Amino acid sequence: MLAVNFFLLAAVLFCIGVYGVIARRNAVLVLMSVELILNAVNLNLLGFSLYNAESGNVNIDGHVFALFIIAIAAAEVGVGLAMVMLVYRNRRSIALDELSEMRG
Amino acid sequence: MIALLAQDGAELPDVNVAVNVSFYAIAAVMLFAAIRVVSTRNIVHAALWLVIVLSGMAAQYLLASAEFVAVSQVLVYVGAVMVLFLFGIMLTRAQIGAEGNLNNRNWPLGIPVALLLAGVMGWAIIDFFSDDTLPEPNSGASTQAISDQILSPYLAPFLAVTFVLLAAAIGAIVLARKD
Repeated sequence: MLAVNFFLLAAVLFCIGVYGVIARRNAVLVLMSVELILNAVNLNLLGFSLYNAESGNVNIDGHVFALFIIAIAAAEVGVGLAMVMLVYRNRRSIALDELSEMRG
Repeated sequence: MIALLAQDGAELPDVNVAVNVSFYAIAAVMLFAAIRVVSTRNIVHAALWLVIVLSGMAAQYLLASAEFVAVSQVLVYVGAVMVLFLFGIMLTRAQIGAEGNLNNRNWPLGIPVALLLAGVMGWAIIDFFSDDTLPEPNSGASTQAISDQILSPYLAPFLAVTFVLLAAAIGAIVLARKD
């Protein structure tokens, strides 16, 4: 398989995630876009671990990094949704453009 | 590119047709689902499209011969994170249906940013890797090899990740607790 396949797919998914972070107003949808970005990075790590395989033996380091990213992403979603819930309880809305108290 | 190589009489690279066909099929489904995640007007549908993207990602991990990471992806993302997202949607919204104002006022700004980023990254990737092929692995990365890596050279980061998860769990409880 061509190496560019994995990396181009990961790049396009990353850009879709970036668009979602910029365009979305709902905090839960922004967290979903962040998940898209993290998954694109994971695909890159696994693609590179295959790309750097020596004599047919896959390079394991990329797999370990991907597992770490999965764990960190799970923690991030937990804390992020708890914060979203706190904002919702205080303001009855999770629209990100209404959170403007810290505007200078 | 492969046809050109064959015409030149060069050695034909190892191309596994089944792997390529399944890669392109899954990639097409994933791209469509990802675009629906960031464009749909129904927030529950966005979560369900995200399930398709994450499952397709697990299938791509299998094609990259990363069985353990693929299973972890299904367990953590499709199993746990999606349930968390659906809980978040249910607890923060009253109506489950189409909603008009899920986007920012200046959402069109995101399109040129994403296209520019995709153009630059795509150009760099194609320029650097042009015709390189991924090697066919002898076997998948064994779970034993991964555990050997995690529990000896990566032991300190692994312990750090466990503390991060503990801190995240405590932090989530403290934040979401009703006083």
